[in-house]
Amino acid sequence: MNELALKELLYKMADDQLILGHRNSEWTGFGPLLEEDIAFSSMAQDKIGQSHALYSILHSLGEQEPDTIAFTRHADQFHNCLLTELPNGEYDFSLIRHFLYDTAEIIRFDMLTQSSFKPVAELAVKVRAELRYHTLHANTWVKQLGSATEESISRLQHSLEYALPYALGIFEESPYEKELIAEGIFGGEQALKEKWKTKVEEVINQTQLQLPDWKTMQPILGGRKGKHSEHLQPLLDEMSEVFNIDPTAEW
Amino acid sequence: MQTISKEKIYSWLEEVKDPEIPVLSLVDLGVITGVGIEDETVHIEMTPTFVGCPAMDMMKQEVIEVLNKHGVENVSVNISFKEPWSSDKISAKGRQALKQFGLAPPPPGNLFTDIDILEHAQCPRCNGSNTDLKNPFGPTLCRSIHYCNDCKEAFEQFKPL
Repeated sequence: MNELALKELLYKMADDQLILGHRNSEWTGFGPLLEEDIAFSSMAQDKIGQSHALYSILHSLGEQEPDTIAFTRHADQFHNCLLTELPNGEYDFSLIRHFLYDTAEIIRFDMLTQSSFKPVAELAVKVRAELRYHTLHANTWVKQLGSATEESISRLQHSLEYALPYALGIFEESPYEKELIAEGIFGGEQALKEKWKTKVEEVINQTQLQLPDWKTMQPILGGRKGKHSEHLQPLLDEMSEVFNIDPTAEW
Repeated sequence: MQTISKEKIYSWLEEVKDPEIPVLSLVDLGVITGVGIEDETVHIEMTPTFVGCPAMDMMKQEVIEVLNKHGVENVSVNISFKEPWSSDKISAKGRQALKQFGLAPPPPGNLFTDIDILEHAQCPRCNGSNTDLKNPFGPTLCRSIHYCNDCKEAFEQFKPL
């Protein structure tokens, strides 16, 4: 099995889950409704737990301990897509990002249940089941607010148009796409993107939101290669602040 | 050691409860997926309810302590996803314990195809279904929040997964 290809895949998935998990946790205490506060906090816990499970698989492949991987790397060593690191903004942006990202993620884990790499295939069965709660949550709110008032529709529309080019960056190709597909580790970013588009259209078409023509959208790339926005390093500094007071502490 | 049976190990593991639901043993919760006895060592296979479950380390520690208490000195606990947990793994006894604790047992996993199945959970107090889903996310990863319109009380359900 091509270990470089496998590790590259695991790193980007784990980093996505960790960074978006951290962003979700920033809603704790700030949600527009108590229910949403709890929802984003729970999804944060799920995603950070899932990143831990993925980092643990990496550790079993010879990489460092999960905490070391999570807390001691610099921004340019992270492989998360830019969508996950953008600041939460207002609720409409966080909701749209949650919808676009989790729609892709549940399909990614669904594809990975067929992976030739057993530890990932086994974990994917589990994560796919958990993510259903995330996509149900996103779909429910996008459908409600996407057809509610003039303000809610225009806010979601604005965030949708802003987020879509970043969302296309989820599917930035790995240098190992061919190997991953040939060895049956993962079906590839192109296949994932096509399934994602269909699902996004299916939900958006049930609202009064307008999906721009895919052909007019220019993907914003770079995250998978360690090229990040100015927003990632401050997030990492805050996330690792306690860890870095005493990296050798036993918890 | 040769005299210890798997049944005996399972009966001892009944003493370890879910730290967040103290009426439910790990065996009834369905997170113990295997018990093996090899020479002087007892091997326990466990799997988390949710990947991000923060109680996993604590449960693992308690499994070791309980078996030590019964004289099993060498215990190895392996956490894996080989046999992933689903809410259908909760035993009939476990479901009864959840209900008595005031937590609605999860509906069968294969019925959970849309959020609608969560909409009218059965109230653990009055058994009625004149209830509303308040939040598919709750105080812990494995619980959702509901409201019974007849009892005029909120309740939680163990989520189907």
